Amino acid sequence: MTHPFLALTDSDYEEMLATVGVDSVEELFRDIPQGVRLQRELELERALSEQEVFAHLAELAARNVPAGREFSFLGAGIYDHYVPAVVDAVLQRGELLTAYTPYQPEMSQGVLQAIFEYQTAICELTGMDVSNASGYDGTTVAADACYVAKHATGRSTIVLTEATNPQVRQVVKTYATGFGLDVVEVPHRHGTTDPEELARAAENAAGVIFQQPNFFGCLEPAPELAAAASGAGALAIVHADPLSLGVLEAPGRYGAAMVIGEGQAAGNFPSYGGPHYGFLAAREEFIRRMPGRIVGETVDAAGERGYVLTLQTREQHIRREKATSNITTNQTLLALGGLVYLTWLGPQGLRELGETCLSLSAYAKQRLAERAGLEVLFSDRTTFKEFAVRVGRNAREVVAAARERGVHPGYALGRDYEGMDDVLLVAVTERRTPEEIDRLADVLAEVAA
Amino acid sequence: MKLIYEKSQPGRRASHLPRHEGLPPAPEIPAELCRAEPPRLPEVPEFELVRHFTELSTRNFGVDTGFYPLGSCTMKYNPRINERLAALPGFAALHPLQEEEGAQGALELMWRLQEILAEVTGLDAVSLQPAAGSQGELTGLMLVRAYFAAKGEDEQRRKVVIPDTAHGTNPASVTMGGYELTPVRTDARGNIDVEDLRGKVDEHTAALMLTNPSTLGLFDENIEEITRIFHSAGALMYYDGANLNAVCGISRPGDMGFDIVHINLHKTFSQPHGGGGPGGGPIAVRKTLEPFLPVPAVIRRDDGSFGLDFDRPQTIGKVRGFTGPFGVFVRSYAYIRMWGPRLREMSEAAVLNANYVLARLKDAYDLPFDRLCMHEFVLSARTLKREHGCTALDVAKRLMDYGFHPPTIYFPLIVPEALMVEPTETETKETLDAFCDAMLAIAREAAEEPELLKEAPHHRPVGRLDEVRAAKRPVVKYGFEDHPQPDAEPSAVGAEAPKGA
Repeated sequence: MTHPFLALTDSDYEEMLATVGVDSVEELFRDIPQGVRLQRELELERALSEQEVFAHLAELAARNVPAGREFSFLGAGIYDHYVPAVVDAVLQRGELLTAYTPYQPEMSQGVLQAIFEYQTAICELTGMDVSNASGYDGTTVAADACYVAKHATGRSTIVLTEATNPQVRQVVKTYATGFGLDVVEVPHRHGTTDPEELARAAENAAGVIFQQPNFFGCLEPAPELAAAASGAGALAIVHADPLSLGVLEAPGRYGAAMVIGEGQAAGNFPSYGGPHYGFLAAREEFIRRMPGRIVGETVDAAGERGYVLTLQTREQHIRREKATSNITTNQTLLALGGLVYLTWLGPQGLRELGETCLSLSAYAKQRLAERAGLEVLFSDRTTFKEFAVRVGRNAREVVAAARERGVHPGYALGRDYEGMDDVLLVAVTERRTPEEIDRLADVLAEVAA
Repeated sequence: MKLIYEKSQPGRRASHLPRHEGLPPAPEIPAELCRAEPPRLPEVPEFELVRHFTELSTRNFGVDTGFYPLGSCTMKYNPRINERLAALPGFAALHPLQEEEGAQGALELMWRLQEILAEVTGLDAVSLQPAAGSQGELTGLMLVRAYFAAKGEDEQRRKVVIPDTAHGTNPASVTMGGYELTPVRTDARGNIDVEDLRGKVDEHTAALMLTNPSTLGLFDENIEEITRIFHSAGALMYYDGANLNAVCGISRPGDMGFDIVHINLHKTFSQPHGGGGPGGGPIAVRKTLEPFLPVPAVIRRDDGSFGLDFDRPQTIGKVRGFTGPFGVFVRSYAYIRMWGPRLREMSEAAVLNANYVLARLKDAYDLPFDRLCMHEFVLSARTLKREHGCTALDVAKRLMDYGFHPPTIYFPLIVPEALMVEPTETETKETLDAFCDAMLAIAREAAEEPELLKEAPHHRPVGRLDEVRAAKRPVVKYGFEDHPQPDAEPSAVGAEAPKGA
């Protein structure tokens, strides 16, 4: 019986088995002991045709409620920013989509040059000297940064701010055991972190991770936090929103040793959590400790400029148990999406995007206060595109009630923070309009206490 | 070809963002937090952007372009229906923190994929969270640690046994997981040397990490004895699923005796490699290890609804955001649904294709292990090197002139001048024959006109690149006005043998 992903005809089987010198396909497996052979068919539903698979998955997809089927103010690390059509167009080029890791550079100049351009873009955004070719996501790059900090300083404590994304902190803690690291958390004080408190916690720390803007959307006193970390001899590791870096200062300019983050907002669809890309960039002095692939520029024998993977002796395929990381498959295609997005946006566009997020979220705060009487939680803090608001009753119930009215009002913070069961984190991206914000305010006026 | 930055002109722009009238002024950002200098992102119109990336793609070779026989990478056809499905708004635009009632389709897809992977591996519980095979390995080692910690044996069991044929990620994961490496040798038949193994497994051993078939493309004939050795020492067995394409529906790792398995969705189950990623590295485990799996678990409730369970007191924690790379699950799930139990035919075809190519090539190259292979095999260019000075690297570069992506070279480490070939099942006999014809021609050229190999490739956008220079003076981003100019004279090319699979 044929299959769209097989080519073997009866005469192919005959010729090929004869060339191999066996009588049957079954004989090819003669080295497998009978005791470990599966003696039945796999218990899976029968093979579906393409149109049946399409119908089945389309039905599954229809049972989800994505942004677009409700007005969504959900953020908390993954954001509904507009992904332009050029991203899809580039990522669907088969020569890029179906290529492997560029270990053979002569076959892979497209991917290698694209990664070089991506590395450049990340360095420009963050003010760092070197970027890798991506990590898995915004949480695992934090674990990667801890590993660098441990080996760079010889110390074994990591400091995290409580105002850093809870999933980032959870992943760091999960990795810390195997790394031989202790983790200390510094609480937030009314939505941001106190530099003196951080300085005390950072004594003897290998690295300090803080987020800018932080999980509550608030702007941290980032230069002072970075100084507090480095003053204590720890690496200042800033977890940054890439789309804030048109209006917010590059962390490299205020003393960051490393800059990491979740790239999704820049060019990837939310896609129920992935695949996305984590970015990781560092000062020059850490280049040989960096995890992951790095592309470098060079020439061929004819003097033609070209690109290659470089400093590969850091990596698992060469250094094995002494590698800077075990990472092999990374998130190249998604990082390429990020590059295309940032190229589409341009420096002007990035600035405008930031300003739009600022003014739309200011408008949202105003409308929620006027129309729904809701109190912004950290009202004297400057926020970027997200803010926390008290809704007067259990926030999860408010979410449920609002969704019945076609609006997802935001993330209920009570899951992650004590005493915040009545707090919603509201994200306002450039995809939201004043009319949608008015609708949010109307709905919350109805359902909040 | 120019970089996008070199095509940039101030004042050009591809984006046009919506503006809104009558909004309150944006709040002032404190001066010390404000961006001083804009980032030097490219300034190009949309059509230049599209041309640039299209041109880049023409300088790249994918599975869509041609034969790509990298060993242990499983460069099979990536079905286009998967791309259409992953792009459905109900999947692509779905926020991972959406309420469960608003994500039932996604949760059901994940649950069903878990059930499928449990059946394919012969194990009991699955987590889809790990983002790649390496991360699956590290997660597996975290499970090993948690399992022994719960029994009070963690301090005593610090060793993980790894064969000398292991992929570099295995020892790297061992280090990241805080374990020590115990290497074990491969014997003359290409199996783990069981006598060498016996002396190395005891109450200080936590686990074995093994791929089966191995990176030699050979099924370990002693797997049942190996399982007895580890299990009777109280240790666990971890299966690196990189080579699962050989045995789907034929032999399941759980039935071989493995307790933890990672699967590479970007190998066996058709997620496109994307130039280096994304991938997916879900893990399947025996019931005894289920309590330690990452949170949240994807569950089906008694009322038939699907949800996320965070109440796992013994969990190792979280290894990645949310529930894993969902878009990858869409593609792999759709792919597997197009095979059903016929996955067995997929593996049979992969193994037949590999044996056919091996049969045609084994007389022209050195054959380290004279056995039938599984889905891949290893040959050596050592005679070519000894007699004609042509290395595996030279063979690889010359293959490019024939329009093929080279196989993996210099891996596994125990075979000198290794050429590791995995055709996969998605190749016609004609393509396999053309590849074999090219490999035979190259072996002849090595004897008669070795310069053809040594100066290859001749028809790619670049010739062999100076990797020594790239490492000695790393230039890892565009420096704008300060960007170093290439030297006027061509430099001697000291190409480092590209390694890795």
